[in-house]
Amino acid sequence: MTAPVKALMDQLARLGRSGVGVLEHLGRAHLLLLSILGGLGDLVRRPRLLLIQLFSVGVLSALIVAVSGTFVGMVLGLQGYYILSQFGAEQTLGVMVAASLVRELGPVVAALLFAGRAGSALTAEIGLMKATEQLSGLEMMAVDPIKRILTPRFAAGIISMPLLAAMFSALGVMGGYFVGVGLLGVDDGAFWSQMQAKIDTYDDVLNGVIKSLVFGLVCTWIALFQGYDADPTSVGVSRATTRTVVHSSLAVLGLDFILTALMFGE
Amino acid sequence: MGTEKNLVTIKGLHYSRGDKVIFDGVDIEIPRGGITAIMGPSGTGKTTLLKLIGGQLRPAAGTIHVDGEDVHRLSSSELYKLRIKMGMLFQTGALLTDISVFDNVAYPLREHTNLPESMIRKLVLLKLEAVGLRGVWKQMPNQLSGGMARRVALARAIALDPMMIMYDEPFTGQDPISMGVLIELIRALNDASGLTSVIVSHDVEETASIADLVYVIANGRVVECGGSKEILGSSNAWTRQFMRGLADGPVPFHQDAPPLVEDLLGGGQ
Repeated sequence: MTAPVKALMDQLARLGRSGVGVLEHLGRAHLLLLSILGGLGDLVRRPRLLLIQLFSVGVLSALIVAVSGTFVGMVLGLQGYYILSQFGAEQTLGVMVAASLVRELGPVVAALLFAGRAGSALTAEIGLMKATEQLSGLEMMAVDPIKRILTPRFAAGIISMPLLAAMFSALGVMGGYFVGVGLLGVDDGAFWSQMQAKIDTYDDVLNGVIKSLVFGLVCTWIALFQGYDADPTSVGVSRATTRTVVHSSLAVLGLDFILTALMFGE
Repeated sequence: MGTEKNLVTIKGLHYSRGDKVIFDGVDIEIPRGGITAIMGPSGTGKTTLLKLIGGQLRPAAGTIHVDGEDVHRLSSSELYKLRIKMGMLFQTGALLTDISVFDNVAYPLREHTNLPESMIRKLVLLKLEAVGLRGVWKQMPNQLSGGMARRVALARAIALDPMMIMYDEPFTGQDPISMGVLIELIRALNDASGLTSVIVSHDVEETASIADLVYVIANGRVVECGGSKEILGSSNAWTRQFMRGLADGPVPFHQDAPPLVEDLLGGGQ
């Protein structure tokens, strides 16, 4: 074989290897998801495990979500007012703020914050448990670490996400109200009544909840898989944590586009 | 339940990690009621062997029977049932770091029994008393020294009164006092509870002092097997080098490498 042909074949082989690698990775992630789902029945009998995780995954993420939601709402109020007032439509500020939040910013930004706060913590925790043989230790105690450690965290992530997104949106609306009505003089009654008239429970709120459920599932799944699949070394855990944040953020933004197209497309 | 003389029987075990052959036809028999040591230098797959016995890894070929059952033919629920009868002490202790010492020892009891909490409390305190650490039941694992963590892990491993305990390098990184304590404990637990103990270790003196039977493994095979005195006085060149800690012998001081001159003058190619 001549040298250029060999070089080309090597390139092709490398490409093939990395393709197979990606597929293997995806396969392992899906198998893990199946095992995690298989543990849900067991979780019903041990609600305490879920409560503990709801606290560390959900409650501990609440502060950052609440603060961010308020500021995002305030900025929306400010930007919205300047644009709407050019058309004399500042009375619809409430609709603009609420629609942006419940349809898009609530689920998406809360999910991004969730990936950075709770997702990275989950990956580091599971990865370190693997590195310090705690997962192996559970297996040897005849306890399935997937059922006992991963499933409660997974369920907690999916339950927390819509609640955090709702909190983000609610506080965002309050932030928008504070800026629009409190500082810029938009009419109080118009702000709320326009919002009530135009925001639809199903089209807007429910679609936002569906989005955040999907984001919660994907972010927690990625975080748990990265931790469980991490190299049991300090470099391995650090890489896995980074991957969790990067993959989750990209997945949330990509999925948001697809879900939006499906929900609001004509 | 099997009643054979040997609790663990390993036949023709082959196992590789990537291209590296770890076991190349290993036969080991671990008799009931005694302390069996499996010794060999680092990297010979001693921990891997314990994971194979515990069914956490699958061999490429060969069989492992524990208490008459072929570990790798069991369904996952049968394997979990068998593991309840096997305790394992990990090198790091592997205590769960988010719960207290008490909850760690209580963990297997709460998982696998329906005992009332008052009974669990008594059992946990008794197990901790057996390893001399009843006083630390309230503490968290990160407040313990390495030696204490290992003893708590030992209390957890014996919580369900298993038929065997596997010790993974129990003496590594211990100060002389905790080493002495551990040696005493392993012997006492073995004799008092009628356990079968398997120790994998490269700490020659300590392990030989309590083992009834010693297997020496190297290069994926069993090099020698016998009582500890027999092994200590062995004429086998390999065993001698290992047991006496000689720098050179069948295991060369230098790892395989191209000639030094070639490396030095090769310009880093």
